[in-house]
Amino acid sequence: MTTIPLRLKELSRQEDRFAYGHRMCAGCGAPIVVKQVLMATDYPIIAANATGCLEVSTCISEYTAWKIPWIHSAFENAAATISGVEAMYRSLVRQGRIDDRQVKFIAFGGDGGTYDIGFQSLSGAMERGHDMLYICYDNEAYMNTGIQRSSATPFGANTTTCPAGEVIPGKPQNRKDLTRIMAAHNIPYAAQASPGHWMDLMKKVRKAFEIKGPKFMNIIAPCNRGWRSRTDDAIMLSKLAVDTCYWPLYEIENGVTRITVKPREKKPVTEFLKGQGRFKHMFAPGHEWMLEQAQEYVDREWERLQKEAAFWAEEEKAE
Amino acid sequence: MKEPLWKKLTPGSVILEPGSSAKFKTGSWRSMRPRWIEENCIQCLFCWIYCPDMSVIVEDGKRKGFNYDYCKGCGICALECPGKKGNKAIVMEKEGS
Amino acid sequence: MGKIVAVTGNEAVAESLRQVNPDVCAAYPITPATDLMQRFSSFISDGKVDTEMVLVESEHSAMSACIGAAAAGGRVATATSSQGLALMWEMLFIAAGDRLPIIMPVVNRALSAPLNIHGDHSDTMGARDSGWIQLYSETAQEAYDNAIQAFRIGEHPDIRLPVMVCMDGFIVSHSIERVEYLEDSEVKNFVGEYRQVNPLLDIDHPKSYGPLILTDLYHEYKRAQHEVMTKVKNVVLEVASDFEKLSGRKYGLFETYRLEDAEIAIVILSSAAGTTKDVVDRYRDKGIKAGLLKPRMFRPFPYEDVAAALRHLKAIAVLDRADSFGGYGPLFSEICGAVMSMDTKPPMINRIYGLGGRDYMPDQAEKVFDELIGIAETGKVGAIKEYIGLRE
Repeated sequence: MTTIPLRLKELSRQEDRFAYGHRMCAGCGAPIVVKQVLMATDYPIIAANATGCLEVSTCISEYTAWKIPWIHSAFENAAATISGVEAMYRSLVRQGRIDDRQVKFIAFGGDGGTYDIGFQSLSGAMERGHDMLYICYDNEAYMNTGIQRSSATPFGANTTTCPAGEVIPGKPQNRKDLTRIMAAHNIPYAAQASPGHWMDLMKKVRKAFEIKGPKFMNIIAPCNRGWRSRTDDAIMLSKLAVDTCYWPLYEIENGVTRITVKPREKKPVTEFLKGQGRFKHMFAPGHEWMLEQAQEYVDREWERLQKEAAFWAEEEKAE
Repeated sequence: MKEPLWKKLTPGSVILEPGSSAKFKTGSWRSMRPRWIEENCIQCLFCWIYCPDMSVIVEDGKRKGFNYDYCKGCGICALECPGKKGNKAIVMEKEGS
Repeated sequence: MGKIVAVTGNEAVAESLRQVNPDVCAAYPITPATDLMQRFSSFISDGKVDTEMVLVESEHSAMSACIGAAAAGGRVATATSSQGLALMWEMLFIAAGDRLPIIMPVVNRALSAPLNIHGDHSDTMGARDSGWIQLYSETAQEAYDNAIQAFRIGEHPDIRLPVMVCMDGFIVSHSIERVEYLEDSEVKNFVGEYRQVNPLLDIDHPKSYGPLILTDLYHEYKRAQHEVMTKVKNVVLEVASDFEKLSGRKYGLFETYRLEDAEIAIVILSSAAGTTKDVVDRYRDKGIKAGLLKPRMFRPFPYEDVAAALRHLKAIAVLDRADSFGGYGPLFSEICGAVMSMDTKPPMINRIYGLGGRDYMPDQAEKVFDELIGIAETGKVGAIKEYIGLRE
């Protein structure tokens, strides 16, 4: 069990397991996610990584930013790849050929590699029950190939494959609610987190590592290139996503839903949208309906989540 | 005869040196440079936890300077810095100014 | 001394995997390979192997999990066929490029469309450029023997490459034949302990697998991969020699049958070679100098050795159980590559046979030999590539 107190002063004394010199863009949210995840625990970790920004920027030629054993094989299979690593670990430990050092297994994938092309592989690995934590760093589009829409792209967003045009104003569909889909696998732990709420994120990682079996975390990771925002606002936006209930922080542990951070005051979703060029057209005259629709979606989902959490709070009280 | 380059490669392109990215200095990407104003610093370490490039130097639990070899000048540290009494402990300045 | 049994090809290869006892297998069902992994799964359920089985949701994930497991550091096997191999295609190159010795029996089956479950070589021929070593087997015995040797070949410190062990779907995988098994201890000693170089599970020495390599070094990495393939031939022969000492069964890069003094010959892979050998005998009885060459190692292809074996012939027919549409059959292309180095280039024809499990009957071989007799006499070749065994 990781015992270092979740205080920055104490955490800063740990050795980094993710090194500088990686080539993610200035101000990218993904490396913040990775460093917080790895910092949350002192268990030995082996990670797999789906093809994507994180992968190509952290392991190129003879340069690797990883100080833990790490493997990338392809785009759609981080979950399957780490399940092979984990299976070998279990096999060798069971045969007495290596010591059980309580190694933890993580797969990192972007939203494209998780919601879309890697969905089958992820679903399979979760169903099989590997002892692993899948972490989706969700920047809401295919950023590595140049900002194409994915099934994580929110309604209205302008991407290079759903550009805001004269007839079609950005992405017509809402995003897929992957966290709930993963929870529907009846895995012991699924959660949403944000690097702006580092303590909540780290608590969730710690909790996940104390649970045996498959775990899933969906972590918002702002991308200033794709979101058409500033290089300094990744944390600000990841906090606004939470404060507007666009990206609620919650967990589903053994089927029980709990909201882990409730915003003091729920801000309008426009607070999150307005700083991002990808939503700029939604603020143009005549497109008011788009902002309304975006707000309605957030309200509906937030309402549903609150009801779910309230139901479970009642249940727990009754017990 | 000199041994050709291809014979010196690690089989399977495996990288054996963890954290070797440190040899690749990304500081040259910077157009804006963070400056630390120590008297305004409350040692909250937010700059450290939010830095995407592990470029805030913390020693023995205390924030020191920046590692300009790797800092890309994104400015997250400056934006997130709460400062003291409304005065930021990190400000961004044009590189080379 | 092992025992003599009557088993199917799938059963024999499953038995070889039980005897080798891999650390991890990841597999997905596909006809006609399903039965192989099904049998192996029962070894797991009965506690007869130490293997950790990963029953994945697709062949793509099967190979991905095998790659993860092999990189982690241990002995890894899987099996597939046809569409399954096609779905793995992307990952095949990664297994080879990462230099991971994964052993994979492939039960050869046709590729869609139209959908067909029977034997031909379209699947593995489509994977011939993936960097895997490929061994083809004529019988269940050969499939069993090749599977055991594949571990020694693929895991050899100079090689460390994945190996496909091919056998014909249904014709071999589901037909009961006489097979001689080795003792468990003999197999165990023969394959020995395996230690992965740079295992991921060595957590005190973290490694990164699978970097992005751009224009600065990709070309060099591929040159290095090519070099490894040049070393495979000697290892295959060395392993075959050790295997012969153990089993009394002799293997080479290819098998020749009455070829030494032959004037005409058929080059053919896998089970159809058996039928062809019968026809060779009949023609020999008639005083016609017919012969056969059956490649065993298709990747890497032993061009020079094959050329030396075919040099004296007056006419050659290469029979392909796969087509390269708009091109010659894949085996024919390789034999052309071998013949290129000869001073005298015998006339050659390419005949496509047995697709989708169409029976290859002795009369087809007879027609080919008859054609070769004419070519040998006149030196004239009509159509180079033609289909045989077509229905009227």
